[in-house]
Amino acid sequence: MRAVVIGAGVVGALIARELCRYDLTVLLFERELEVGFGVTKANSAIVHAGFHDEPGTLRARFCVKGNAFYPKLCEELGVPFRRTGAYVLALHAQEVPELERLLAQGEKNGVPGLEIQRTEEILAREPKVNPKIVAGLWAPTVGVTEPWALAQAAVENALLNGLELHLAEKVQTIEVKNGCVKGIKTDVGFYAAEIVVNAAGLFADQVARMAGLDVPEIRPRRGQYILLEGETNIHSVLFPCPTPKSKGILVVPSVDGNLLLGPTAEDVDDKADTTTTQEGLQQVREGAKRLVPDLDFSRAIKSFAGLRPETAAADFWVGPTKIRGFYQAGAMRSPGLTAAPAIARFLVHEVIATEWHLSPRNWNPRRVPPPRVADLSPEEWDELIRQDPRFGRIVCFCNLVTEGEVVEAIRRGARTIDGIKLRTRAGFGRCQGGFCTDKLLLILARELGKGAEDIKLKSERSPIVIGPVRP
Amino acid sequence: MIKVWKVEVAVVGGGAAGMAAAAAAAREGASVLLLERNTCLGGVLDQCIHPGFGLHRYKEELTGPEFAFRLHTELEKARVEVAFSHTVINVNPQKPEILAVGPNGLVRVQAKAVVWACGAWERPLGHLLIPGTRPAGIFTAGLAQRLVNIHGLLPGRRVLILGSGDIGLIMARRFHLEGAEVVGVAEIKPFPGGLLRNVRQCLEDYGIPLFLRTTVSEIHGRDRLTGVTLVEVDEQGKTIPGTERFIKVDTLVLSVGLIPEIRLLEGFLSCDHVQRGPRVNSFWQTEHPWLFVVGNALVVFDLVDTVAAVGEEAGRFAARFACGEMQGEPCVPLKRGQNVAALVPQAFIPGEPARLFLRVIRPFPKARVKISPVYSKVHLGLRPAEMVEIRLSSEATAELQRCSEATVEVHPQ
Ligand SMILES: Cc1cc2nc3c(=O)[nH]c(=O)nc-3n(C[C@H](O)[C@H](O)[C@H](O)COP(=O)(O)OP(=O)(O)OC[C@H]3O[C@@H](n4cnc5c(N)ncnc54)[C@H](O)[C@@H]3O)c2cc1C
Ligand SMILES: Cc1cc2nc3c(=O)[nH]c(=O)nc-3n(C[C@H](O)[C@H](O)[C@H](O)COP(=O)(O)OP(=O)(O)OC[C@H]3O[C@@H](n4cnc5c(N)ncnc54)[C@H](O)[C@@H]3O)c2cc1C
Repeated sequence: MRAVVIGAGVVGALIARELCRYDLTVLLFERELEVGFGVTKANSAIVHAGFHDEPGTLRARFCVKGNAFYPKLCEELGVPFRRTGAYVLALHAQEVPELERLLAQGEKNGVPGLEIQRTEEILAREPKVNPKIVAGLWAPTVGVTEPWALAQAAVENALLNGLELHLAEKVQTIEVKNGCVKGIKTDVGFYAAEIVVNAAGLFADQVARMAGLDVPEIRPRRGQYILLEGETNIHSVLFPCPTPKSKGILVVPSVDGNLLLGPTAEDVDDKADTTTTQEGLQQVREGAKRLVPDLDFSRAIKSFAGLRPETAAADFWVGPTKIRGFYQAGAMRSPGLTAAPAIARFLVHEVIATEWHLSPRNWNPRRVPPPRVADLSPEEWDELIRQDPRFGRIVCFCNLVTEGEVVEAIRRGARTIDGIKLRTRAGFGRCQGGFCTDKLLLILARELGKGAEDIKLKSERSPIVIGPVRP
Repeated sequence: MIKVWKVEVAVVGGGAAGMAAAAAAAREGASVLLLERNTCLGGVLDQCIHPGFGLHRYKEELTGPEFAFRLHTELEKARVEVAFSHTVINVNPQKPEILAVGPNGLVRVQAKAVVWACGAWERPLGHLLIPGTRPAGIFTAGLAQRLVNIHGLLPGRRVLILGSGDIGLIMARRFHLEGAEVVGVAEIKPFPGGLLRNVRQCLEDYGIPLFLRTTVSEIHGRDRLTGVTLVEVDEQGKTIPGTERFIKVDTLVLSVGLIPEIRLLEGFLSCDHVQRGPRVNSFWQTEHPWLFVVGNALVVFDLVDTVAAVGEEAGRFAARFACGEMQGEPCVPLKRGQNVAALVPQAFIPGEPARLFLRVIRPFPKARVKISPVYSKVHLGLRPAEMVEIRLSSEATAELQRCSEATVEVHPQ
């Protein structure tokens, strides 16, 4: 039997990985050049606790469960995950009832460890927080991860277990006959399949319509961010009190030691409109400064934006449809990253495997993470260089990434400059590729056997250089 | 086991500053190891294939690689040992010990003095928080220069340069000569950031326009850059609504500032937050007497001749320190006063001659530079792009000893 997963974001990647546990041929289709280049590439990277979501929603249910799966999942896949804990901060006495509401909601959802703390207690842990705060809700299970790394690692592990990966291939139609899925057609060809899972993120409405389903529209809600470099002395994720539209502008200590500020929440028309705006970035600055007054914006290294897949019902689409063999895992607004592991398990084991009486097969849950010299002791690094001198050639000076790591990232699937950046953190540091872009370009060209002009930043039409100076 | 190398003076960075320092320290009799992360010496000089180097030092107009070659010859004569392809990744805050990584493994270098000469890095686009998209086709000037001059690759066909620092001006000419169309150089300030000679030789000679009081307010293009919005700014640097215009380009080159490379020192060295470099005394010595900082890692210099001269001085002092002929000396702080944007050193040693370098915040046709009560002189044609060098005699610094600190000021006349 054949199963097709459409979309290699964190949701599709984890679903594909779970499907590989069964006696199935699993195919994963992604229209971008690499895994995790959709919504998964630009978000707050928080593993939420689950107190923001109204009881009874799929969001609440899968968020709390997903959070609990994270430590083991990230350990198996060798992906960074850090339980930082989080505070929702009340800046005025009027906001305290909101904290109480979130506490009660969280407890109803089954979130462990929630408590309301007083100003002194919060400042003792987080001395940089605005001293004007009056109280805060403490959520110890909140964590941070690298969303794209999780998607890439899940795909790598699935490949080890037999996955067939089709990158840069766009699904265009879904064949349905007599209410049953027969297969899919891409810009390359037709693939027969009994099972098709729609994990197309922002585009899950288009894909669902390909199967003839009448689904509501998914609309993009943009979130802009500013990334500040380095040493910050902020330990937990900091939230303001939420609004009906979003969780507000946050201050997030990222897994690699930077500070992420944002996101805004703006409804836009275009599903590719990840532009940042003057007003948006200003809103991010002001919002973040309310929580942490002395942020040093001269340490800004990047601004960017992501798009949340929103629907009027504001909930995920998860489960079977009226078409036999066609399943939904779309419209993954926040906390879709957190929920993804729980959704993947539920959909694959409790729905698909049960419905099709799938039998399990030998499966290796682990992926050996690539070496990362920045995390090694000097002795371990020295030893690694003795085995392969390429680990002694530094390519990215800001984040200490070696040629060995870049070559390994390419071996594991990186095809673009951004792909290498996301996998190795080369070019992710304060000089933003000023020193390493040319090196990465030449290594990619060499390893892929291509000309420098064929190497792309991120998408088919994003070449770095146009060719030799004097052809 | 990690290898240990012992040496008297370790010099980190083999650009002009590091080569000059290493050669001078060796001539002073110290054993010297120069660590360079690249496979060759020269630093940024190697990519500067234009002439304009060495007029002071060698009384000749050389290209960057030619200038580097001269210094390299001095190094060889002085018998400096060079560790190529070795990147320093850690500096011990307590003592002159550094950790480097190379193709044969890690090396712990135990020295008696360390000269830090790691150059500068370029401010990236992300620093500016310019709204819009994040397409391919945006380069810092140094990166574009490496692509064109070292790798022989052309970044694009229609180019806008943002920032009129020297690298930006030189890259405008380079793109033009390589057949790309340079639509102009945009500069947010009312005056160019680079040397006047570069404005003339790189822009005017080729008819490349310079847009002053102009900046980029938006980036366009999803995959590859399709254009930028230019906007004019007022005296305060605020954008003037209604002056926006779109220009079609596939390449944006940024020349918006260099920042001293001192990441590994930041944790234990007191830095000047305006200049973003460390504080040193007139021996180019930091608060840790064994640690000297020179070249663009200290402050961004405009002439390599100066970089080499300062590197040499520091190399001599480092050798003396390593041989126990000198210690940490008591210093009197020297402060940036009115109209001074950059100043090194930030302290002097009473009774020792001192060389100061300062940069003014804006052009002054005529201004008095003052260090009360020992220096007061009218200078003509002061420009931010050109550092002013001031020499204080040992008598002058001895006299300043009576003050608890001194201030360098510039007063327009
Ligand atoms: C601003 C912002 C902040 C967020 N913060 C958080 C947070 O802190 N914590 C959290 O838990 N969640 C957060 N989220 C939500 C989270 O990022 C998403 O829920 C999650 O990344 C969705 O993953 P996905 O796999 O569904 O979508 P995607 O990553 O978009 O994957 C879908 C993939 O399908 C591909 N595709 C689409 N159509 C086709 C086709 N026809 N053929 C082939 N491939 C196709 C796309 O190219 C894409 O790669 C945030 C989201 C945003 C935008
Ligand atoms: C485009 C351009 C045009 C210029 N034009 C002129 C001109 O016309 N005339 C003129 O006089 N001057 C000019 N200059 C200025 C002059 O070239 C520089 O000021 C001078 O070369 C700087 O030397 P440096 O040694 O301080 O730095 P760099 O040349 O940057 O050298 C630093 C060295 O340190 C190495 N390094 C850094 N970190 C480490 C580490 N951790 N471990 C080991 N090694 C490390 C680097 O690889 C590099 O080799 C120009 C500069 C540029 C960029």
